[in-house]
Amino acid sequence: MKWNQIKINQQLGFFIIRLSAILIICTLLFILYDIFSKGSGSISWEFLTDKPRMGMTKGGIWPAIVGTFWVSLVTIIFAVPIGMFTATYLNEYAKQGRMIRIIRLAIRNLSGVPSIVYGLFGFALFTLMLNLGLSVISSGLTLGLLTLPWTITASEEALKTVPMSYREGALALGATKWQTIRSNVLPYAVPGMLTGTILGLARAAGETAPILFTGVAFFWPILPKFPTLLGQQFMALPYHLFIMSTQHHEIVKVRPLAYGTALVLIVLIISMNSLAIWIRYRFRKKYKRV
Amino acid sequence: MFSKDLVSPKKKSDDKEFENSVVREAESLLNNSAENLPANSVENTSTDSSENESSVPKIGLPIRASERLSESIAENSLPSGEIKLYTRNFNFYYESFEALKNVHIDIETNKVTALIGPSGCGKSTFLRSLNRMNDIILGTRVEGEVVIDGQEIYDKNVDVVDLRRRVGMVFQKSNPFPKSIFDNVAYGLRINGERNRSIITERVEQSLKDAALWDEVKDRLDKSALGLSGGQQQRLCIARALAVRPEVILMDEPASALDPIATQKIEELIFELKEEYTIVIVTHNMQQAARVSDFTAFFYLGKLVEFGATEAIFTNPKLKQTEDYVTGRFG
Repeated sequence: MKWNQIKINQQLGFFIIRLSAILIICTLLFILYDIFSKGSGSISWEFLTDKPRMGMTKGGIWPAIVGTFWVSLVTIIFAVPIGMFTATYLNEYAKQGRMIRIIRLAIRNLSGVPSIVYGLFGFALFTLMLNLGLSVISSGLTLGLLTLPWTITASEEALKTVPMSYREGALALGATKWQTIRSNVLPYAVPGMLTGTILGLARAAGETAPILFTGVAFFWPILPKFPTLLGQQFMALPYHLFIMSTQHHEIVKVRPLAYGTALVLIVLIISMNSLAIWIRYRFRKKYKRV
Repeated sequence: MFSKDLVSPKKKSDDKEFENSVVREAESLLNNSAENLPANSVENTSTDSSENESSVPKIGLPIRASERLSESIAENSLPSGEIKLYTRNFNFYYESFEALKNVHIDIETNKVTALIGPSGCGKSTFLRSLNRMNDIILGTRVEGEVVIDGQEIYDKNVDVVDLRRRVGMVFQKSNPFPKSIFDNVAYGLRINGERNRSIITERVEQSLKDAALWDEVKDRLDKSALGLSGGQQQRLCIARALAVRPEVILMDEPASALDPIATQKIEELIFELKEEYTIVIVTHNMQQAARVSDFTAFFYLGKLVEFGATEAIFTNPKLKQTEDYVTGRFG
């Protein structure tokens, strides 16, 4: 009698777990299906490479794609080195005491701060105080701040997975601390760091609120050359999607275009995530037998 | 196998009892010896003790008693040659826990010294203190002297990095880096600034030969070190340590994770290595200590209980505690 009860409980537990997993997957599939079916009609070469025309009712989203690209680049350049080095310092060099615990707590909490708060902060700091104005660089730096807590956390986790024996073995041979880290810790932690960073970046690429205050424009078809473009306003996919869906003067007419934009954005994010997973898979295979 | 009074060595009262029993034993010993001391042995020991007066280890007893005790210890029982490193009044603390108490020991050059004792007695801690590997653990503190080649190694202006090159270490669980075999052995050379390709290649080959691994890996130097068997990995770690030409090699239970054949190979290797290096080895295995070492130090609860020539310790230990341990009555 009792054994039957245990078996039933187990089946019930598994059922609930499976149900939750299926629910999530179904939700994702539904979203993807919706966007793919309604958006794929708008996808054409013209759509992807042309600039918006006729009050955004025709034309393409090329400036938005380019804008998202440049902003993401600034974010990468800012967040990745700082994130990786901060994580290395926190994990390898800092004396583990109360101060470090407080810093870690602050970093973890920062990853939960709403993105609109980051937007306002970036506006105050980069646009106004540092006088960078409404520009790609302001937005890139703000998004960088958004990504940093994520990057730092992921990098720290990656560093923690490197076994202590690698460090001890190197130190016992007469390596300095930096030599040990550079040759025996970082190479094995970098794949994990990259994975976490790319995931954070994928999130940042899809954010609207931070770029809202710091430089994105509704219509900015000019594509100036690097580096002057850094000081200029830009278009971006998430914001473009927002405008097309809610602020446009002919919402119903441009709905297909909005779906198209959403499709492009989703494909971009999925490819970034896939890249992150592929990197992790490759390096896990390489260092598997530890 | 367990004698009842030694079942829970962690109790403080047992510790006290043990201390008292040690002192009692010593007192009785020297009372006997003081009366029965033959004339010629007094002469021998007096010349011996004048030679290494400062380096005769005190075995955790009151100084007066131990001085007289040393007079009755058989000749050749203590290191009489050149002393590579010694410790005096060495205490080690993990936070507030005193893991090592007042350790006096002499390690003779080009000899193998084994540290034996039950789990948790501090022998690994002591070994790691000799090349300052415990510095990387938080909350550790050290008192006393550790002198290698006449230099106090816990001094403020000692270059720890150089110390660790001169005092190499082989760990209990072999830890080859996930690099190629060649890169593993060359690692020590490269971080010390060696850039000359031919010198590195030559030194790698020499070290692998010294570690008795060359024949097995010479065709696959560029393959990952993780593909080697356990015994091979441990010999690789030894080769890696040898490549930087240390003076002292510390081995922390090097064969405990290996099968008997691999263990035998490692022991043969140690026997060959001691001609050029000074070796200190921690081992759980009494028979291994008896086979491999010239001197043995018995640790118990952080104290160095007895130290002397391996033969003396195993065939004629001075203290009952030692005898109980080496005959397997506890531990």
